[in-house]
Amino acid sequence: MDSQAIATQPEHGHEEHPPYLRHHFATVEQQRETASFGMWLFLLTEIMFFGGLFTAYLIYRNWYYPAFVAGSHQLSIFLGTLNTAVLICSSFTMAMGVHAAEMKWRKPLVGWLLATIFLGCVFLGVKAVEYHEKWEKHHVPGLNFSTQDFTHPSAQYKEEPPLPPDMAAKTQVYFSLYFAMTGMHALHMIIGVSILLVLVVRAWAGAYTAGHMTTIENFGLYWHFVDIVWIFLFPLLYLISRHQ
Amino acid sequence: MSTATIVKLPPQETASLPKRSYLNNEYGLKSWLLTGDHKRIAILYLISITFFFFIGGAMAGLIRLELLTPQSDLMAMDTYNKVFTMHGIIMVFLFLVPSVPATIGNFLIPIMVGAKDLAFPKVNLLSWYLYIFAGCFTLAALILGGVDTGWTFTTPLSTHYLNTHVITAGLGIFIAGFSSIFTGLNFIVTIHRMRAPGMTWFRLPLFVWSNYAASILMVLGTPVLAITLVLVILERAIGIGVFDPAKGGDPLLFQHLFWFYSHPAVYIMILPGMGVISEVISTFSRKRVFGYTAVAFSSVAIAVFGFFVWAHHMFIMGVSNYSALVFSLLTMLVAVPSAIKIFNWAATLYKGSITFETPMLYAFGFMGLFTIGGLTGVFLGSLGMDIHLTETYFIVAHFHFVMVGGMLMAFLSGIHFWWPKMTGRMYPEALSKLAALITFIGFNLTFFPQFIVGYLGMPRRYASYPPEFQVLNVLSTAGATVLGVGYLLPMIYLTWSLKHGKIAGNNPWQATGLEWQIQSPPLTENFVETPIVDHEAYDYEWLAHQTEHEVQTVG
Repeated sequence: MDSQAIATQPEHGHEEHPPYLRHHFATVEQQRETASFGMWLFLLTEIMFFGGLFTAYLIYRNWYYPAFVAGSHQLSIFLGTLNTAVLICSSFTMAMGVHAAEMKWRKPLVGWLLATIFLGCVFLGVKAVEYHEKWEKHHVPGLNFSTQDFTHPSAQYKEEPPLPPDMAAKTQVYFSLYFAMTGMHALHMIIGVSILLVLVVRAWAGAYTAGHMTTIENFGLYWHFVDIVWIFLFPLLYLISRHQ
Repeated sequence: MSTATIVKLPPQETASLPKRSYLNNEYGLKSWLLTGDHKRIAILYLISITFFFFIGGAMAGLIRLELLTPQSDLMAMDTYNKVFTMHGIIMVFLFLVPSVPATIGNFLIPIMVGAKDLAFPKVNLLSWYLYIFAGCFTLAALILGGVDTGWTFTTPLSTHYLNTHVITAGLGIFIAGFSSIFTGLNFIVTIHRMRAPGMTWFRLPLFVWSNYAASILMVLGTPVLAITLVLVILERAIGIGVFDPAKGGDPLLFQHLFWFYSHPAVYIMILPGMGVISEVISTFSRKRVFGYTAVAFSSVAIAVFGFFVWAHHMFIMGVSNYSALVFSLLTMLVAVPSAIKIFNWAATLYKGSITFETPMLYAFGFMGLFTIGGLTGVFLGSLGMDIHLTETYFIVAHFHFVMVGGMLMAFLSGIHFWWPKMTGRMYPEALSKLAALITFIGFNLTFFPQFIVGYLGMPRRYASYPPEFQVLNVLSTAGATVLGVGYLLPMIYLTWSLKHGKIAGNNPWQATGLEWQIQSPPLTENFVETPIVDHEAYDYEWLAHQTEHEVQTVG
């Protein structure tokens, strides 16, 4: 019962403590662990946020499986794979960034962060190309949706059997979820890139290479989280029944 | 009878407020609006939620005034829809959810665990700003012409059939959700990592335990509400088809996602209130809370069970009979930890040295009214009864007994209990007892008739009703007037006491918590030196020992 009381003894003399230690923490250790715990908890809320979308996906995919297959086959597997690779690379550059901060290498840190920004922008660019393609093909629900491609498959997809009209109409649910899920993911990417821009400026000024790198570490967690969400989205949206 | 009192104030001729405290270490608007101090943020929250409480209360007044007569004569029917919608949105999201955690909790949790501040002071301030933004959006929706979906945003009504400001209000609630997520996150991290040496989990005051449980619900539930509102907004703004039956979506999915948050939200609202009651009951019966561990774990149990009962809001919406059966059973289970609390409080009172100070009066009000509210919840949780009673005034009375009779009583109890700590001054005792009494009478007069009128079949959310229900509705409206007086009184005398109240001293109630061992109002850094805790919570013998060797330290 008498478990882990955390804070250590107060030695709040003003001689020793580094400038980045906030006044309400007893030690640097406590401050770092607290920030990290807070970040993990925040990621938990993010899981619940995306969880609502995944629940909707699960239900509708069970109900409208043929529509989900047909919708999924309209996505470009090449662009999807490319983006997956880009994101995995960006996770690598981010991890290297955290490593550079740990090693107190200022310029490599800035370099790795810039590389992460670049890859994040590539991802968003490819995503924009894909969205544009959906618009051209009239696959955007609500704004310009047509079931044409699913009731009368074009030459490009002539091996696909046409869907009966009522099931073809359900492809709209698939594309609603596609846009909601990838859109929420892209929003997280945009937020991530914006934060990275700030981090680069501050890293250049040497803010994270003087022993206090919690911000970089926590942002790394966020970036990997957004990456992992995509690792789930890619097979769920792009790879439904590709062997058929 | 009421001569017995434990209030011990310092001699008023010589007493004065401490020279240095969180209230006067800095001055000016900027020192408040950019503060990182959890106590100042608590005060900011207190002012803002009081503002929204009175707006929501004005809406309630309009509702009761309209229902004075069977015809819809005071306002048009769609205006009435907007009024009850705004009443619900403001009271739930801008008052009840942040009420105890963001004000009393914000002020006390760091002090109770022996820390100088919450783990993330800037996030705490951000959470208040988000709350204010949310309030602005909600007020904008109100001023621009209102929303009439009901606070539940039922699809497809909210997405397709209404021409009101659903998106604005939805954004408001979305933002308020993040404010509440950040509060909950801050509390959990603080309770885990900022406890003082010796402050083990089972030495924490029960107020901390119940806020911890509520924070789990905030952190896990609110994001689901957020994504649900995003989908509603997207559906309304650009017409995606997740909930739209015309496009293959299922409106029932909206209900599942919405109630997955909004049922646990009920416990977000009530759990911190239960924490207040534990503190107050213990202090004014001079006993350790009976079954401390059981009460602590019952908070966690409520939080856990709370996540598995949401579909009891959907029994009439066409969910399968089997799932209705399971959810009905699980709903009954929530009554168990709630009853554990009530029984343990009663056992705490047994053979205690009870005194009847104002916070205790409100706490008694809570125990009685919450018990009625909780038991009628069991009625509604049983399938057959629910079919008859749902969407009637019975359900309105039920959740007002829990939310207003329970939570608001607990909030007022807590505000009165910790007011001397927050401000360093006492409120006028006789007047506040009168206000507690008026609130109790007014509340019962307002909401008890609604049980009857609901049982007889009067549906909720209509501006007009058959004339045979008028007597009961007149009683209810009369009660609402009394209740209004009961709420205005504390507002007036508490403000008055800021300047003219008696000096309270460090520990007017002779209570045991860490917060009572420091000066009132506290220093910005709370403790001169980090406390080392070597006793259980509610240890009155320890306190007696302390007072023998007391050294008055004034900053």
